[in-house]
Amino acid sequence: MKPTHFVLNGKKTEIASPPMSRLLDVLREELHLTGTKEGCGEGECGACSVLIDGEVVNSCLVPLAQVEGAEVRTIEGVIEDPRFKVLQSEFVAHGGAQCGICTPGMIVSSASLLEKNPHPRRDEIENALAGNLCRCTGYSKIIDSVEAASK
Amino acid sequence: MLKSTFVGKSVPRKEALSKITGAAKYIDDLSFPGMIHGVTVRSPVARGRLKKISFEGDLPWNEITQVTAKDIPGENCVAVILKEQPMLVDGMINHPEEPIVLLAHPDRALLEKARKNVKFEIEALPSVLSIDDALSKKAVVWGSDNILKSYLVEKGDISQAFAEADLIVEGEYTTGAQEQLYIEPNGMIAVANPKDGVTVWGSLQCPFYVHKALKTLFGLPDDKIRVIQVETGGGFGGKEDYPSLIAGHAALLAWKSGRPVKIIYDRAEDMAATTKRHPSRTRHKTAVTKEGKILGMDIDFVLDGGAYLTLSSVVLSRGTIHAPGPYVVPHVRIKSAAVATNTPPHGAFRGFGAPQSIFALERHLDVVAARLGLSPEEIRRRNFIHQGQQTATSQTIKEPVDFDKLMDRAFEMSHYHSKIKRFEIENKTSPIKKGIGFAAFMHGSGFTGSGEVYLASVAGVEATSEGRIRVLASSTEIGQGKNTVFAQIVADALCVDVGLVDVAQPDTSVVPNSGPTVASRTTSVVGKLVEDAAKGLQATLRQSGFLGESYTSAQFQEACLVYLEKFGSLKTLSQYKAPPGIFWDDEKYRGDAYGTFAWAVYVAEVSVDTRTFEVKVDDFVAVQEIGRVVNPLLAQGQIEGGVIQALGYAIYENVIWKDGRMANNRMTNYIIPTTMDVPRVQVHFEEVPYAYGAAGSKGIGELPMDGPAPAVINAIAHATGGDFKHIPLMPEDLMRILT
Ligand code: FES
Ligand code: FES
Repeated sequence: MKPTHFVLNGKKTEIASPPMSRLLDVLREELHLTGTKEGCGEGECGACSVLIDGEVVNSCLVPLAQVEGAEVRTIEGVIEDPRFKVLQSEFVAHGGAQCGICTPGMIVSSASLLEKNPHPRRDEIENALAGNLCRCTGYSKIIDSVEAASK
Repeated sequence: MLKSTFVGKSVPRKEALSKITGAAKYIDDLSFPGMIHGVTVRSPVARGRLKKISFEGDLPWNEITQVTAKDIPGENCVAVILKEQPMLVDGMINHPEEPIVLLAHPDRALLEKARKNVKFEIEALPSVLSIDDALSKKAVVWGSDNILKSYLVEKGDISQAFAEADLIVEGEYTTGAQEQLYIEPNGMIAVANPKDGVTVWGSLQCPFYVHKALKTLFGLPDDKIRVIQVETGGGFGGKEDYPSLIAGHAALLAWKSGRPVKIIYDRAEDMAATTKRHPSRTRHKTAVTKEGKILGMDIDFVLDGGAYLTLSSVVLSRGTIHAPGPYVVPHVRIKSAAVATNTPPHGAFRGFGAPQSIFALERHLDVVAARLGLSPEEIRRRNFIHQGQQTATSQTIKEPVDFDKLMDRAFEMSHYHSKIKRFEIENKTSPIKKGIGFAAFMHGSGFTGSGEVYLASVAGVEATSEGRIRVLASSTEIGQGKNTVFAQIVADALCVDVGLVDVAQPDTSVVPNSGPTVASRTTSVVGKLVEDAAKGLQATLRQSGFLGESYTSAQFQEACLVYLEKFGSLKTLSQYKAPPGIFWDDEKYRGDAYGTFAWAVYVAEVSVDTRTFEVKVDDFVAVQEIGRVVNPLLAQGQIEGGVIQALGYAIYENVIWKDGRMANNRMTNYIIPTTMDVPRVQVHFEEVPYAYGAAGSKGIGELPMDGPAPAVINAIAHATGGDFKHIPLMPEDLMRILT
């Protein structure tokens, strides 16, 4: 099988899985990066959010072949980025995580927002997180967390 | 009196960081050497007799582990309350998606093919698919009358109320099913063999429920079954009883294949096969005086239980007891029933029957008020229950309860009165109609009636060899904050730093049975056991002479270590005892239904676009009295999250049924609220410490599910003048009713 090459969390990676494998499965099963979660498998919940060349995508919908030559960042990479440490502390302080299954996806989407727009308004945060579903928090504390991180 | 250092503070969630960084391990994140995958093959029909199973297609069937009912070593049942539900179909099929065959193999793609190539020969039988079908006995699918369970609650003499009434108002209200939609689907991993017994790891709420089910399924003794809860991505009641099936299935496959087996449901399977909130129908007949005094309530409350009893009797019980609301009514009669239908069994879901009956009552009271020419506010104020008065089950409310104050506060925060005036003027000229509505309600803390006494839960604390304190309870963390709250309660009971307290992972081989994580009981009821155990541990240390009257955390640790050195172990357990003066009569369904209640008034403000029939909830105020608030941030999180789930229940979440099966079992066509749909919920707590709850607390988890639906629908009625009797109220329903 022809390997796929991409940069994963800053490291050159080569993986010889079938090109139509879901990126989500490759990350979780081949590369043991289980911080990216599966909530629906059909692009609706955002639990599987990763960044491909800086854009948020649902990794359950992305075939491996699509990331050839791309830069992929997962939650494991995002939280190591000093720019986003503040997201961690603010999600803790503002109660942004309850059961936590949506949280890595929320952090990834928030990081992408802050990268493009360091001081978003509340409605801009709501917009950026509209594709990430949470069944526990009712969202306010997640939005509070992101808002605090952007101050 | 203990000084509280941590109780009352927003101590950060203990496991927050591991969840935020993605390090926390949920069931699908775990993998064991040699592990293979399992899938479930399910019934395509609502009811029938299974004649034959065949394994077809050009597939390596000899490599695929196959399990059917005949492979079950013990009893073929899911032992919960009764043993009526089979673990796997053996002859009779009673609902769509009922598990018939289990398959396991290392290759998931092959398993999917195999699943499609298991064929059933089924003789279809007539089915019952609605409450009306069940009651009219269109077919008899349970017992002689399709009644799974019924209750009768009586107080006073309802005929006297009707004789004395100035006005009698009748109404019928219905509620739809609600899908749980925890974002983590169900999953289990099992290791099982005759020598070591059965061990399962899973996403679950009640380790000892699963333990009991496995014990019965395999016919093994207690110590041969071990159940471990791993990080769980939401429960809401949905992981109360169904995980017992998945654990049983994974264990049967592991037993037969001799390898660890993982079963993870995909979203469509989880939505179609697992439990939802019971659909309901409530009929009210209310006797009132012209001044708005309620003389009598005659209530007929019916739940659709689905194909098996499972938990329906207890869901029905809570719905029944909450049906007359927080009002003092001299004459009450409540007849209630859970009926059998050929849909997957409905189950526990936050609120547990109460949201259904509370929707009916709080909607109905607005209608009664209008008929009397009173405001919705006046009719409630004239009938609120007060300290010393009796509920419908003749429970005397012993603690102070001040609904007028809760209502004043809620109206002040929502600017209720000024908005009513403003909307009246603005609505005249705008196609967008604004409205404001509210609901007043209560929620009983802990198990109903004698439930807590029967459970006789045990929890404990121990000192570890590192000089730390560890809480021992089978109560699970499902996002609500149990780990943090227990640590706060114990830290204050012991007068040590909260950082010194760990909470053991629920593992039935390590922790005592503190009962299930349900019924808003964990903080208040189990927390109390944990608090008492901690005080016991402190007393033991003091008696030993190793601990003085006052001490630092470090001195406490030192004392623990010295004690351990000398005596080997330091552990105290505490068992549930009912608060004094509690009495419940199961026969007459009368007495102290709950140790205490949380009380609340919620206000919703909406805009209804009369061109598109879209509804937006613009503002929401949630005022409640939940005893002492142990952790304000976590408590707010519970209220906010519950309110938004309940908004979904009211106006977004519509389960569409086809032949007893959920037809829209995908996140693309079953819509829950997103960041774009939700108002900021303004949360306010009145604090009245409850003497018998941990650190003065009452239950909180389910309360916020009860009030929002009637508040929102009352607001929509206020905005439009429509008469709405059903939730979910979808735009198409609004259009039909208003045009
Ligand atoms: S798992 Fe990818 S969007 Fe839900
Ligand atoms: S915290 Fe549970 S789904 Fe968001």
